[in-house]
Amino acid sequence: MIAFVTRRLLLGLVTVWLISMLSFAIIQLPPGDFVDAYIAQLSASGSTVSAEEAAAMRQLYGLGQPIYVQYGKWIFRVVQGDFGESMEWRRPVTEVIGDRIWLTLLLSFSALIITWGLALPIGIYSAVKQYSFGDYAFTLFGFIGIAVPNFLLALIVMYFSFTLLDANVGGLFSADYLLAGWSLGKVWDLMKHLPLPAVILALGGTAQLIRIMRANLLDELRKPYVVTARAKGVAERKVILKYPVRAALNPFASNIAYLFPYLVSGSIIVSIVLGLPTVGPLLVKALIAKDMFLAGTIVLLLGVMTVIGTFISDLVLMWVEPRLRHQMD
Amino acid sequence: MVEPILSVRGLQTRFFGTEGTVRAVDGVDFDVYEGRTLGVVGESGCGKSVTARSVLGIVDRPGKVVGGEAWLTRADGSRVDLFRLPEADMRKVRGREIALVFQEPMASFSQHYTIGNQIAESILLHMGVDEAAARKRAIELLDMVGVPQPDRRVDEYPFQLSGGLRQRVMIAMALACDPRVLIADEPTTALDVTTQAQILDLLRHLQQQRGLAIILITHDMGVIAEMAHDVAVMYLGRAVETGPVADIFARPQHPYTRALLRSIPTVMAKPRTRLPTIAGSIPHPFNRPQGCAFNPRCSESLGAVCAAHEPPAVTADGHEVRCFIHGGQP
Amino acid sequence: MSATVNAERYAMATQRQLIWWRFRKHKLAMASLFIVGLFYLLALGADFLATADPHATDARTSYIAPQPVHFFDDGHFAPYIYGLKGVRDIKTFKLVYTVDTSRRVHLTFLGHGYPYDFLGMNTDIHLFGLADAQRGDGIFLLGTDQLGRDLWSRLIVATRVSLTIGLVGVTVSLFLGVLLGGISAVYGGIVDTLIQRSIEVIRSLPTIPLWLGLAAALPNDWSVTQIYFAITVIISLLAWTDLARVVRGKFLALREEDFVLAAELAGASQFRIIFHHMLPSFASHIIAAVSLALPAMIISETSLSFLGLGLRPPAISWGILLQDAQNIQTLALAPWLLISAIPVILVILAFNFLGDGLRDAADPYG
Repeated sequence: MIAFVTRRLLLGLVTVWLISMLSFAIIQLPPGDFVDAYIAQLSASGSTVSAEEAAAMRQLYGLGQPIYVQYGKWIFRVVQGDFGESMEWRRPVTEVIGDRIWLTLLLSFSALIITWGLALPIGIYSAVKQYSFGDYAFTLFGFIGIAVPNFLLALIVMYFSFTLLDANVGGLFSADYLLAGWSLGKVWDLMKHLPLPAVILALGGTAQLIRIMRANLLDELRKPYVVTARAKGVAERKVILKYPVRAALNPFASNIAYLFPYLVSGSIIVSIVLGLPTVGPLLVKALIAKDMFLAGTIVLLLGVMTVIGTFISDLVLMWVEPRLRHQMD
Repeated sequence: MVEPILSVRGLQTRFFGTEGTVRAVDGVDFDVYEGRTLGVVGESGCGKSVTARSVLGIVDRPGKVVGGEAWLTRADGSRVDLFRLPEADMRKVRGREIALVFQEPMASFSQHYTIGNQIAESILLHMGVDEAAARKRAIELLDMVGVPQPDRRVDEYPFQLSGGLRQRVMIAMALACDPRVLIADEPTTALDVTTQAQILDLLRHLQQQRGLAIILITHDMGVIAEMAHDVAVMYLGRAVETGPVADIFARPQHPYTRALLRSIPTVMAKPRTRLPTIAGSIPHPFNRPQGCAFNPRCSESLGAVCAAHEPPAVTADGHEVRCFIHGGQP
Repeated sequence: MSATVNAERYAMATQRQLIWWRFRKHKLAMASLFIVGLFYLLALGADFLATADPHATDARTSYIAPQPVHFFDDGHFAPYIYGLKGVRDIKTFKLVYTVDTSRRVHLTFLGHGYPYDFLGMNTDIHLFGLADAQRGDGIFLLGTDQLGRDLWSRLIVATRVSLTIGLVGVTVSLFLGVLLGGISAVYGGIVDTLIQRSIEVIRSLPTIPLWLGLAAALPNDWSVTQIYFAITVIISLLAWTDLARVVRGKFLALREEDFVLAAELAGASQFRIIFHHMLPSFASHIIAAVSLALPAMIISETSLSFLGLGLRPPAISWGILLQDAQNIQTLALAPWLLISAIPVILVILAFNFLGDGLRDAADPYG
């Protein structure tokens, strides 16, 4: 058990390290160093930077020194919570991102819960009632869920709610609360706006998980231990819920580890279509404007978030699977 | 004459697949008596396991019992036909009056619950006791089947046990509610020879102690010789020969039984002689031969009559055989 | 009787025949195969089928609704569409084009249009054209976009781009997947661990932000073709992991099979065992995995382009077409722009059914 947790933790750390390098690479990728880019940006907006200021900045970021020194300096400051300055907004990156990272997390996590909540019962139903009308209906739904990329789904939902219901479904807050500080009313407002984008985001993953759950459960239903349970005189419903469903939870749980990054990814594109105040629109804008510190930081934060999410789902997996708990102890 | 605990007549089980219907069990009769073991023997695919599951009403879809009767004498002396029992009542028979032991102890346990949990399940279900009592009984059962340190093992998972221990636990689980009939479906096939002997000893011991009626399903004539009182030889869903074990071994009458007995290796055999085998292979279930199903492989075939007609059962001295060589009119 | 014949046929059939028989029973998969084939044919003949130059802009034909084709003129088969006429809006003084039902413009078959290359030939023959078109007239089967470009022509040229980018991307992923999955399985040990852990790490990365980051770093002055290949590579870099897992899993499973042992005992070389004995038995699994990877690839490209960080205009792909439909105001004005979503959904659905059918058929004895 300890070995498993340690291994997962180490893997998570390696992933974080890899993500930090990729984020740094993204910051470094545009041609020229970013002080040049910064100066160009500033002069485009009318202000100027003196040669001393530029030299001081180059010194600060270690530009001109070997790349690993630059990475070292950058990561050292990141660990202390200094993510640099957004060129476009001329404010510290952390300030620009603000609540958006938490809203991204909230959206992705809600989608995760919805995915679970829908896929589990539907998957069980489809497997137990294989080839029934309901099974076919859910299979069809599943295929559509997989075939319609979630940004397209968001577009379609938005179009129909606009033309048929005359309602704008975008955003996570009503206009009254958009700029207001956090209050109970604002939280309630958020709760009212959250379900639709969360469901849109969840649908693709739900469709996949239903198929995984169905396939696994169909496999498990044929195993001898199911017959054993029946031979004991256990009622059919309890036989299925206690034994094969429990066994089918394992692949189900291990898939969640990959579901979370998928949802975080999806949240970006869905947010752009629906105009949600998550980091998604900010990231795309930053990338298009080559505001690299902002973009790199967002990639880094999203990456770290998924690693934490993945680690948590590993713990869930361990709780589901006694074999893992009893390995090597 | 003693009443059988379980008496099966004309059992027919079919599998309705998309490619056609398979008659997995096609008219099987047998009786099981208290304190005696009925050995059911035959090659794989002859319908042995399906017979066992049919009796308990747990044949997997698309299989279905389509005919026959299975009369069980219950503890209170009443007799019921299992095939006409409502599902809710049938559940009270399973595990309580008839229990099952399987071939693969590993696959037959869920790996997600402790063995204590899995044994206690049927106790809680049938005996009306609380969890503490069920757990106590589970430990007693483990002790009874010879699992060392039962109070510690009860909280372990099946994957933590050895193959032999697992089969002992499986037997403990089957005996949890004091059933009167135990169906053991190839209980020793997956085990090595010494463990096999131990498990058979255990079964025999438990039978003497409790007067269990055992249906022992196997393909191993050696196991039959050691364990069974009565034998049913099955071929393609039919019992071709039934009778007392000594009789069957001393005077096998059906050509198939004889062929099976010839193909057992013995230490008495002359070295470097070929072990006799049965010619041909078991027909595909869709291609059940016309007439006597064994006819195409039979070395003693009478020709046309065997190819055209199914031999009826001929009984003499409690020894029943279905073969034209021993009489019977087409 | 027929059961006997069937059983014999079954026993005699080659692996490939068995797979084909099983696949044929999947009606949905067969239909999907047909649809996918049709789309690739469309992609091949895209220019021939286009009715207008997909790049040609004309401010006056901005946002024309889809125009129905009328097939009979005075009881004769003579397909025509109505012409367009400009009307000055009294309030805004803008020239607005509307359908002029008094003027019928007839369709011609195999007429001349914009020039294009087809299989090395330079030609300007198109399936349809207009007989005597005036400026602004066009066969706008699916309407036009803001710049007055014909959506039908753009959509089928986009089909070519989006479908091939999937193929190229899958080829790259397949190469990486078979190579790394194979190495992982053959060498085992530390190499295997390293590759497997890398796969886990890659799979736990949020892909879209990374793609976006990498795609944004592509120089602005690259040509359409360069961007096309760069995007393909970026997508493939993160997409090979599934294929590698399939290859490794099958490889390890097959190595335990008796026929591989038999080949080893017969003295077959490692190379022969892998390519002659093992590869054919899991080729079908790979094909199934590929046909499931293709739609994911297409979605990736579409998403990236949709966000403005994938292919860039003047390139035309499904994502780029959908980009025009991003804005709800535009959609309210020109809902036909959402038509571009239909081939995306159809193709992805078809590939999924196809992949599923193949995967089921790939285990002929299962």
